[in-house]
Amino acid sequence: MSLSTVPLLLALAGLALYAVLGGADFGAGFWQLAAGRGERGAAVREHAHDAMAPVWEANHVWLVFVLVVMWTSYPEAFASIASTLAIPLFIAAIGIIFRGTAYALRAGTSRIGELRAVDTVFGISSVLTPFALGTVVGAIAAGRVPVGNAAGGAWSSWTSGLSLAVGALAVATGAYLAAVYLAADAARRGDASLERAFRVRALVAAVVGGAAAAGGLVALHADARSLYEELVRGAGLPALVVSVVAGLGTLWLVWVRRYEAARYSAALAVAAVVVGWALAQQPELLPGLTVSQAAASRDTLIAVVVAVGAGALVLAPSLALLFTLTLRGRLGYEDGEPPAAPSVVRTLAAARTGLLARVAGACLIVAVGFLTLADAGWAHAIGVVALLACVAVGFRAAVPTDIEDAEGGP
Amino acid sequence: MQTLLAAALAPVQQQYLDQARQMQALSFAVHIPLTCFGIAFPALVLFVEWLHLRTGDPLYRTLARRWSRIMVALFAVGVVTGTILSFELGMLWPGFMASFGGVFGLGFAIEGFAFFLEAIFIAIYVYGWDRLSPRAHFLSGFPIVVTGVLGAAMVIAVNGWMNHPGGFRLVNGQAVDVHPWSALFANGFFWHELVHMYFAAYIVVGFLLAGAYAVGRLRGRWGRYERTALAIPLTIAALAAPAQLLVGDWAAREVAAQQPVKLASFEGLQQTTKGAPEHLLGWYDSSTGEIKGGIEIPKLLSLLAFHDPDATVQGLDSVAPDDRPQAINVERFAFQGMVGIGTLLAALGALVLWVRWRRRRLPQSRWFFRALAAAGPLSVAALICGWVTTEVGRQPWVVYGVMRTNAAVTGAGGIPVGYATLALVYVGLGAAVWWILRRLARVPLERVEA
Ligand code: HDD
Ligand code: HEM
Ligand code: HEM
Repeated sequence: MSLSTVPLLLALAGLALYAVLGGADFGAGFWQLAAGRGERGAAVREHAHDAMAPVWEANHVWLVFVLVVMWTSYPEAFASIASTLAIPLFIAAIGIIFRGTAYALRAGTSRIGELRAVDTVFGISSVLTPFALGTVVGAIAAGRVPVGNAAGGAWSSWTSGLSLAVGALAVATGAYLAAVYLAADAARRGDASLERAFRVRALVAAVVGGAAAAGGLVALHADARSLYEELVRGAGLPALVVSVVAGLGTLWLVWVRRYEAARYSAALAVAAVVVGWALAQQPELLPGLTVSQAAASRDTLIAVVVAVGAGALVLAPSLALLFTLTLRGRLGYEDGEPPAAPSVVRTLAAARTGLLARVAGACLIVAVGFLTLADAGWAHAIGVVALLACVAVGFRAAVPTDIEDAEGGP
Repeated sequence: MQTLLAAALAPVQQQYLDQARQMQALSFAVHIPLTCFGIAFPALVLFVEWLHLRTGDPLYRTLARRWSRIMVALFAVGVVTGTILSFELGMLWPGFMASFGGVFGLGFAIEGFAFFLEAIFIAIYVYGWDRLSPRAHFLSGFPIVVTGVLGAAMVIAVNGWMNHPGGFRLVNGQAVDVHPWSALFANGFFWHELVHMYFAAYIVVGFLLAGAYAVGRLRGRWGRYERTALAIPLTIAALAAPAQLLVGDWAAREVAAQQPVKLASFEGLQQTTKGAPEHLLGWYDSSTGEIKGGIEIPKLLSLLAFHDPDATVQGLDSVAPDDRPQAINVERFAFQGMVGIGTLLAALGALVLWVRWRRRRLPQSRWFFRALAAAGPLSVAALICGWVTTEVGRQPWVVYGVMRTNAAVTGAGGIPVGYATLALVYVGLGAAVWWILRRLARVPLERVEA
């Protein structure tokens, strides 16, 4: 394996995680849209929302991760893709805006009507966004993105049968993953009726998702013959097998209500599709452009790998913390432990205002001297530090913690 | 292997270059005010929570909780508008990405991680009230503060590099010999932009929050809760605003030294002049290169740029007409708008500090609270004016002196359609943010506490 493929592997790992985590997020939106009316529908929507609320932003960042790794490491390929596929990307972007806004707005709704409106916007954009992103993947897989500035067809590049099939597949797998996760969450919370509701959804979605995947293979056969050959006979075959086995396994696990295990096998089934695509398509990134041709310079690739590695060291435990807290039900707005009875109110030790103010003043003088009067870089560095210190110390001196007595009425 | 593709993304004719630029600028103008809340707000919320831990006073807890709700709502909007920007870079400026993605992309990679961590800990913090131990909850706020600043620093490193590119060699239009670390962090614009933006974030957040409670007070809401909620952000803004004058002055000197043509465009200075003046307001006439009307203040530009009233300032005509920024008046008004507003805000801040020091209270006049209510929106205006100054003044270059904006733009059609759609979406987004903030403000105090 050469250096030039390492970032691609990282991006693919990110894509697989996005498909598995972000996909479930979209799927939750899908179920909110399809929840139906009445109290039951409301319960389904509520459950779908609550389960995803703490994690959706983190899930979403995987997409950003994929984008930045791609544009840093394979700039020409990225630029060709983004310019040719501007329309579906734009649609996805609009969908992302609506989704995020709907999330923010939901906290402020007070009437049922508002809630439904927000959930509907959220649901529609949760279908639109993965579909549009799926067509992008389909266009790349079909080899319809030539190298160049908007060199491919603005519409024809992403409306082929394969693109549409992958778009549908993205929506279906999201719904499938979400149903499995949500059934597991309902079971954990001991809510039998929601558990039944999502179990049925999971089983149906598994069958539909499987059908969509089969449809995808047919489209692949028609649209990208060599990719199809690689997938069913060549390098991609193992991944394909893993995906099918994991998919069937999930079906069985959901059937026998072993949801925790089903979470992982469902995720595996979806991630394997991404891996299979990558294995089947290598070594070409875009038609006539191999991965090593597309790669940026060596220093850049090393920097990316170092940055991602260092980032991962911090990120992995943080993510583990978030998911552990979420899965244990430790995060949520409502029904937490009531706060301990307010203990005695202590007054803050009075800051020695006079002294602090004088220190802040001294820092200011240093700052003016080094930042404003001096010219050298090192002097500016001292000046900036002094200025920050001036503001911090000044804040402590000036911030009122004794408002009560100091202020009269209006 | 680099040169193999050098011609692949050759510049194209783009009829709608201006619309593409405006679309980019619009997206920044929406994103950047939101990011101020990502930079400055977490620290304020944590400070209030710390007060609660130290004093046990439930008021601080209520305040921190309510603010954390606002924080998460604005963060969500910041995330999506930021994602739009990442899409746009590729969709609108493929030429730029293809040639230089490898040089500056590292900054965005680190930024990605920073915001990733920020998203994680914001979720833990906001959804963890009452469910984590008070200490664990408090600690979970620190990564938010650090990552907010780190992420913003990375983006600014990219912008600094675009203004002062280095860390690569250009061979046949392709960047070779790339040193991404030095490109990002050793460029001459990174530090002043970072510090200036950091202070700007505190000014914007401080005055917007204080302004919101000032409006409440003008309408008669003035309990202990509101007084505290006004005083804390006001104090930090009152300190940051005067300090910003020093940083802005530093920024101006850096620009004078490294981008003299941008500096000339702040004034519309046509010829290289010794002891150059500055005109307040007035109108730059591009046919004569003179300023019509306005109040001339002799030697001010020289003083500002070099701290020497007789210093020589390079004029616009020191470079070929093609290499000068075109929108001189935009540049002049943006710069003067920022400096004018900045001076007013600094005066307001100084007043607050003075009254606090001498009388140990806030000023009490209704006019003071009206001024506070105006200071919030004005500081956002200054922020946008500042970025317009930086970005429009960099034109016609996207990478200063290396790549022109018209060589970076996409060849795809339909830019006006995308622009119009996005503008509509942003209007809706603005309305939505307004609505949610009002709703969150109306939640009764007890409900947050319960
Ligand atoms: C609340 C916001 C705010 C306030 C009060 C000021 N600025 Fe500013 N200014 C910004 C917010 C800003 C910014 C954050 O929007 C910019 C854009 C790029 C940057 O680094 O900071 C900026 C850029 C910027 C630049 C261009 C830097 C470059 O191109 O790299 C100069 C020369 C100044 N400022 C100068 C000033 C001066 C002399 C001020 C004194 C009153 C001032 N600013 C107040
Ligand atoms: C002055 C310029 C910018 C600053 C200061 C800035 C800062 C920030 C901050 C603080 C956030 C966190 C979200 C929040 O707290 O609201 C954020 C989010 C984001 N920004 Fe920006 N940004 C700037 C420009 C850009 C640009 C040019 C891009 C794109 C290339 C970008 C991409 C993003 C992305 C993708 C996110 C979302 C990350 C996530 O999902 O958590 N930003 N930005
Ligand atoms: C990375 C940090 C960046 C920041 C913080 C930033 C900020 C801004 C701002 C605030 C504006 C003008 C806002 C307005 O007019 O209302 C602007 C304009 C613009 N930016 Fe940037 N920018 C950044 C990077 C980029 C990148 C990567 C590109 C891509 C090529 C770019 C290209 C432009 C263009 C073409 C304009 C329009 C200029 C004009 O109208 O004359 N900027 N930017």
